[in-house]
Parts: sequence; structure tokens; C-alpha cells
Amino acid sequence: MGKTLFEKIWESHIVVEKQNNPTLIYIDRHLVHEVTSPQAFEGLRMNNRKVRRPDLTIATMDHNVPTTDRSLPILDQTSSVQIKTLETKCKDFGIKLFDIDSPNQGIVHVIGPQLGITLPGSTIVCGDRHTSTHGAFGALALGIGTSDVEHVLASQTMWLEKPKPFEIRVEGKRKNPHAVTAKDIVLSIIKNIGTGGGTGTVIEYRGEGITDLSMEQRMTICNMSIEAGARAGLIAPDEKTFDYLRDREYTPKNYESLVDSWKGNLKTDSDAKFDKEFTLHIDDIAPQVSWGTNPGMTCNVTDSIPSPDEFSNGDSNQKKGAEKALEYMALEPGTLVEDIKIDRVFIGSCTNARLEDLIEASKVIKGQKISPHVQAMVVPGSQMVKKQAEEMGLDKIFINANFEWRESGCSMCLGMNPDILSPGERCASTSNRNFEGRQGTGGRTHLVSPVMAAAAAIHGHFVDVRKMDLN
Amino acid sequence: MDSFKKITSIVTPLDKVNVDTDQIVPKQFLKLVQKSGFGKFLFFNWRYDEQENKKSDFILNNPKYENSQILVAGDNFGCGSSREHAVWALLDYGFAVIIAPSFADIFFSNCFKNGVLPIILDQKIVEKLLEETGMLEVDLENQIIKTSSSEISFEIDSYRKKILLEGLDDISITFQYEDKISDFEKQSKIPSVL
Repeated sequence: MGKTLFEKIWESHIVVEKQNNPTLIYIDRHLVHEVTSPQAFEGLRMNNRKVRRPDLTIATMDHNVPTTDRSLPILDQTSSVQIKTLETKCKDFGIKLFDIDSPNQGIVHVIGPQLGITLPGSTIVCGDRHTSTHGAFGALALGIGTSDVEHVLASQTMWLEKPKPFEIRVEGKRKNPHAVTAKDIVLSIIKNIGTGGGTGTVIEYRGEGITDLSMEQRMTICNMSIEAGARAGLIAPDEKTFDYLRDREYTPKNYESLVDSWKGNLKTDSDAKFDKEFTLHIDDIAPQVSWGTNPGMTCNVTDSIPSPDEFSNGDSNQKKGAEKALEYMALEPGTLVEDIKIDRVFIGSCTNARLEDLIEASKVIKGQKISPHVQAMVVPGSQMVKKQAEEMGLDKIFINANFEWRESGCSMCLGMNPDILSPGERCASTSNRNFEGRQGTGGRTHLVSPVMAAAAAIHGHFVDVRKMDLN
Repeated sequence: MDSFKKITSIVTPLDKVNVDTDQIVPKQFLKLVQKSGFGKFLFFNWRYDEQENKKSDFILNNPKYENSQILVAGDNFGCGSSREHAVWALLDYGFAVIIAPSFADIFFSNCFKNGVLPIILDQKIVEKLLEETGMLEVDLENQIIKTSSSEISFEIDSYRKKILLEGLDDISITFQYEDKISDFEKQSKIPSVL
């Protein structure tokens, strides 16, 4: 029987395999950031262990860096301690660090691909669940906890239970690719399969609706795989993948011979079997807006807020969850999504802060001003994205529309730095999670695509971007 | 890591589904650089109001459950991020056993790495435990939970059971395979980053 892409990558990384035990898997790339690493380095030091392969390890600081003027001192003492700790540990253990002043600093999942560190067929880990982003390049990319960060630093391997392959097909061609984006595709998937729908699996996204996407759009899809509970998400590499990684700062010297070895190999065999399957038709997808407190609580922009009964489909737990979510979000069933007024707009995060996202959002903004009661910000995914955007003049478009134009980092996606919502504030956000208090205690998050966020900023409420001219 | 002993404790019923890692430890508390000290931030936004006064209606603030070591919750416990802080907070607060019908997978494996035992039980049994809220005895060796009226057996992977019972450190186990790791590296085609 044939094998899935996931199984091929898995099998080519087995170090130790025993029956009824987890498998020891080799890790090709380890990305490190300031929040989930300090305790791991501490553990190494206490046990007098070293980093086995500093040459396969890269660090940056993203989660709690300020996005305002970087020449000023960091006011938050604990953030400052974490950032300094990472600097010291990288020096002590000989790890390459893109620090806060580096032109390569940025959200770890944005810089990996941008620097050519992410490679097809490789195993990549990072102490952050959205590591699944790198799966867009046909890598097995897993988010891990701090104990595993320590374990990988020490041994370049980790013990893993083998996940099951899950095929998600997206069929058809988008009629309006500027309005119905990768974000809308992935939110639709999560809405359908639920936030636990992918538990214990690695999703492989297939079909014309996926291969048509650019690399940056594919990253948005893989990024949110874990919001459906999956261990990882991936997409078979093709010419677009190989082109994207060519001639980057850290692209391997023998890249073309690697490409030759990947072609033909890194794909699912035609007779391979998946444990689970789901198909979505692209014609059915409208721009999405989340209304609740998990990414599965999402509807079309043209819908009205569902009642807990309608949402739960007879499941009492789901109903309870929906009632609680609506209370937290201060929304009434039956309210049209387009009538929901917003206070804040956040364009950023590892889901949607790449150059293409900013270009698309800028088309909506160009020559307009944001609604007077809205406060809006753009936080580019990396300093390199910021520079490229500035070279294209995108910063001026946003600034002229009264957006704030910031330095890169995770920012308001999780509000570990000063970029947070005030209690009760309602935000159209291009990030990945709408959990209670995620963007600030009492803050209310609506997940949307960059164009939907930009349009909401202009109008002060959600609008169906399919009605706008985005070409 | 300490070895896992038999635990007898009152059970704290947290009747919520999809309890995510941001609710277990809100992210404003993730900036410590040690593993201890997170217990005071456990379920912070549920335990305290905006003035940081205890909310009387939240279960953990009920004195009855003050020394509880067993938490029972709804489906999909620990969803959200891979941050291990969620497990450290539960452990630091005093919980050694978490029972739920299902767990998010990274949270589940993070538990074992920190000496916390996550137990998956049938939805109906969990609902009953949530209602009864009495004393429980959790016996990992024999994979049995004793309530005042019944005995419930549970499943656990044999490798993980051994790790908990013996308090083993994952890294030293892995180092026994040093030659295999070196062999793998010799044939690996993926080049260094630098």
C-alpha cells in the first residue's frame, strides 16, 4: 500500500521505534523564542547538559517585544527579563539569535520560511503551537512544550506518538480570490470539523483550492490547522514551494540537488490511505467572521448570529459553550454580522502578517480614512516584511488612513506586550484565536481575513468584501 | 521528577468544556523564567475580579476544595497553546490528577513530563464525578479510581505509566540511544542552518 506524505516524512526521521511505545524522531530544525525556552535552558544548566546541535537551532524574540520605538527601554520588567534571558542563554549555549535590533527579527513562523530555514521534507519544532505554519512547505512542523524544548536542545530528538493522517480536500476555483481568502477557507474548515476535529492527526490539505494558493496563503491555512486540534498540517511541495525558498539568506548551498531529491518523493502516493477525510467546496465559502470564543464559532459575514440551539445541534455541552460565548461577546442571536460595530482593528500575527496580507489589506484602505470611532494598527510579521512593505509605500497608505504602523512581533494576537484590548472592546483581528481574554482581559475578538479587517476599519462595522472592487 | 504515589483527595468539579490554556494561566503571567510559582495565577480571571478580590462563585474559591489534588473537567481540557505553563500552574497549585472525557494532545503529553496524571474517562462517568464531588482514591499502579460507592478502572499507556511511577527523566532515557542518534545524523541529508 502507498504512503501519505506525512508517513514518508515520519519514517525518514525515525531514530528508535519500539512497539507500544512512542517513537524517537530526529528534529532537523529547532526554532526558539523567549517565552517557552527559559525553563528549558535552566533545565540544561541544572543537569550540566549542552545543546547537541546549535547549528540546527535558531532563536528570535517575538512574543513580548514592544512594537513601538525600539530605541526606548522596555518598560515591562518581566518582559525585559525574558528577553535578556534569551540573549544570555543563546550566548552561553552558542545559538544563533536574531535579537530585537536584527533586520531578521520577527515572528518565528514568519522568519523561518523568509530566511530559507524551513525546508520541505524536514522535521521542525518550536515551543509554540502555530509551528504548524511551516507545514505549508511540506515539512512536518510541530508545536511542543517546554520539556520537549529542553529535550530537543539536549538530544535533537523527541519522543512522539504517531499521529494519524487526515485528508482535507478543498475542491474548486475561487471566483473572487481577493475577497474569499485562505483565512476564510481555513475558518470554514474549522467551523465544519470543529476545534477538536483534527485531534491526534496530521492534516494534509489537497485539491485545486489548495494548490492554487500562493505560499503565503498556504501558510495561513497550515497555521490554523492546530485550531482544529490537529498536531500539524501540511501541503505537498510544488514549484511554488521550491521557488519561494530559492535564494533566501539561509537557503542551503546544495539547494538544487535537494530540490531534485524532493521532486517526486514528497507527495502522497495515489493508493495511500488516510484515517479520516473531509472535503470542502470552494463555491460554498463566503468571507468568515468568528462570533464566539473559539475559532469553530464562526459564520458567514452575510449570516446572523446563531442561537445556541441552532449552533449546538442537540449537544448540551455545545449549547452551554455557545451561551457562555454569546454572553462574553455581548451578542444576541439574530443580530446581523454586518451590524456589529467594532472598536479596534488588528492586522498582524503569524496567521496573517506577511507581505501579501498587507498588500491585500492596503487595497481596501487606499485613499480612505478609518471610521472615527475605530483605532487600528498594522504589526508586520517581521522586520523584513516591514521593510519590503515600506519600499512599496504600503506604510503610507495605512498611516494616511490613520492606522498605526508598528515594529514586528506577536503583539495583540496574544497581548503579552502592551498591545492589548481594554475590557469590553470589540476587535476585528487577523489573528488565530478568539479565546476569552486572549487579546486583553474582557476584550472581544472577531477573527477575520486581512481584507475583512481593513474593510471593517473603514466602515466601523463588518462588511461583505465581495461587494467591493479589490482588483 | 518525583515518583507518582497513590493519591486520596476530595475532587474539584470544574464543569466546563474546552478549558483552554489561556484560561488556565492568562498570558500576562507567562513571563516568569522559572517553573515554580505559577499556582497563584491558575484560572486567574475566574478566581479573581478586576480588583483582584476572590470571586465567591468560582469553585476553587470554595474552602471545601482548598487542598484538593484531583480536578475533574469537561471535554477537550487544555486546548489552546503548547505552553507548559498550564501544567506547571495546575501542579504548583496542588493538582496531581486531571480527569476529563478528552484532552488536547499537547497538554496531555505535557502532563506526563511534569508528573501530572491525566485520566480519560467516559463522558457519563465524568458527569457523575462532577455531580458527586466526594473523595477519590487514584491508584496508578493498579489503574483504578475508587469512589465511596464504586471502582472505576482507567487506561494508560504502559510507557507513560512507568515514567510517572518511577519519576523518570525523558532526557536520560533518550541518552541511552546516543549511538542511534549519531548513526541517524551520519546519513541525514538535511544540511545545517548556518
